[in-house]
Amino acid sequence: MTAGRSKGWPAVRRQGRKWLQIAAYIAPAVVLYAVFIIVPVVQAIHYSFYSWNGLEPLTDFVGLGNYREAFGDPAFRQAMQHNGILVALSLGLQLPLALGVALLVNRPMRGRSLFRLIFFVPYVLSEAITAIVFLQILQPDGLVDQTLKSVGLGGIVQLWLADLGLVFYTLFVVITWKYIGFAIILFLAGLQGIPQELNEAAAIDGATSWTTLRYITVPLLGPTIRIWAFLAIIGSIQLFDLVWIMTLGGPAGASSTMATYMVDQGVNSLRLGYATSVAVILFSICFVFSILYQIFVLRRDVAGGTSRMAG
Amino acid sequence: METAGVRRGPFSNAPTYVIAIALAVVVIVPIAYVVLSGFRTTGQIAADPVALPHPWVTHNYTKVIASGGFWRQVGNSAIVAAIATILVVGVSALAAYPLARFQFRGREAIYTFFTFGLLFPIAVAALPLYLLLRQLHLDESLLGVALPEAAFGIPITVIILRPFMRAVPVELEDAAAIDGCTSFGFFWRVLLPLTRPALLTVIILSVITSWNNFILPLLVLTDPSHWTLPLGAANYSTEHSADTAGVLAFTTLSIIPALVFFLFAERRIVGGLSGAVKG
Repeated sequence: MTAGRSKGWPAVRRQGRKWLQIAAYIAPAVVLYAVFIIVPVVQAIHYSFYSWNGLEPLTDFVGLGNYREAFGDPAFRQAMQHNGILVALSLGLQLPLALGVALLVNRPMRGRSLFRLIFFVPYVLSEAITAIVFLQILQPDGLVDQTLKSVGLGGIVQLWLADLGLVFYTLFVVITWKYIGFAIILFLAGLQGIPQELNEAAAIDGATSWTTLRYITVPLLGPTIRIWAFLAIIGSIQLFDLVWIMTLGGPAGASSTMATYMVDQGVNSLRLGYATSVAVILFSICFVFSILYQIFVLRRDVAGGTSRMAG
Repeated sequence: METAGVRRGPFSNAPTYVIAIALAVVVIVPIAYVVLSGFRTTGQIAADPVALPHPWVTHNYTKVIASGGFWRQVGNSAIVAAIATILVVGVSALAAYPLARFQFRGREAIYTFFTFGLLFPIAVAALPLYLLLRQLHLDESLLGVALPEAAFGIPITVIILRPFMRAVPVELEDAAAIDGCTSFGFFWRVLLPLTRPALLTVIILSVITSWNNFILPLLVLTDPSHWTLPLGAANYSTEHSADTAGVLAFTTLSIIPALVFFLFAERRIVGGLSGAVKG
């Protein structure tokens, strides 16, 4: 019986039928995946070598010209820089904030599930709705300004979405509002997995709460933090909806991201050849980042995971 | 966590509550502002942007509810989410079955091939997808939005389903085979019912992802009668920007479906996400 099982379904003995079966199960997913993920990527690479408005036939071959233009365009460099800042701010500010809150809230308390529910609400709202909500409350003299004035902080009121130096950071605050609850809940789930005995043992051995945090809690939370960081970085690289609705990347590109630059060039300027070269740059960044992250950061987690599965 | 080792005094939890409540306020106030301001008139909002409704005005809400646009957008979003979810869960469950339970050469390669899709978020691929959909004459069609959404959902769905399918004991498979069950019969009658919790998780994830998708509908659907809810809400807020109260009411109403669905599915979402992270 075990020998039969190792070949797959016990009743299937003949190799030919087995492969046919496997193919039949996997084919629908492969077709859908190939047509809507692989084909667009390959086509995008093809189009990216042309100057093309999306309507006429592809004739104007420009080689690497689009790529050269993109990397030379200050507006695109600015957009890339914004994505980079976003990654840095997510890891540098959202991570400690979410971790801190998770650690503080991770104890028996009344209304725990209610708080969990509330923290999670922004994550479920679409970025589009979040953008519209904040567009309203960030209006000059709107909820944010009025609140600041009422607590005596009227002096720091700014044109949150019109100030060139400020607008991107305003958007970062909105992004944090939307995604911090997800991080907190993820970290809380990770904390639940740390055995209480470890903390008690550390306390008996005379560890301060800071040492316990530094040498027990954070290392054991490592896998959760690494997965969160991966999601946060990929999310930062592809940010679009929120920016597009709140500012369209403006004013004057001050809040642009690579994705808003791409859509702006493609749809608004009808430079589809050029815009697909930006898409290819975006793919490549995601691709290279993910591979490097897998190799250097996630490998040990995954290695542990598979050996556990095999065992 | 209920069994904290050390007994604490009644007030030692105070900082915990302060932080939790402060955070809850930060989450709730922007949403509450939008909901409540929808009960005021644009004139009142302009005169005093932050105030409670007095008197309560309901015509912003009734106006949106009575307009066909809102309901059509809810319907479009529901159609897209339903097609995308049925497709992605269907094809991914079928694919996850041999990837979880058959031994064959190239199995891990195929699995890796699927997981690579995670590297391409739909926003990054949106423009090339739009060009492809145009060639396939699927632009201006809800199917044209749903099909790519399903495709981009395959990686995470396969990743979540595979370990659950692997965990079903081999003895059940042997027993089913002895009883004359075909491999598809085992998949349909034994495996799927046993992996129901995981199926629910991926269904919920797929519905939420589709419901919230903005960039693909933005590029593909230009005709207002085809708009999905996020696209409709965003366009409403720019087109009727003078009618602040109307925008707020429209926004509030478009939050409701997602919130209702979330309240209904919360445990499963949170459980599923932490489960996925724990591996």
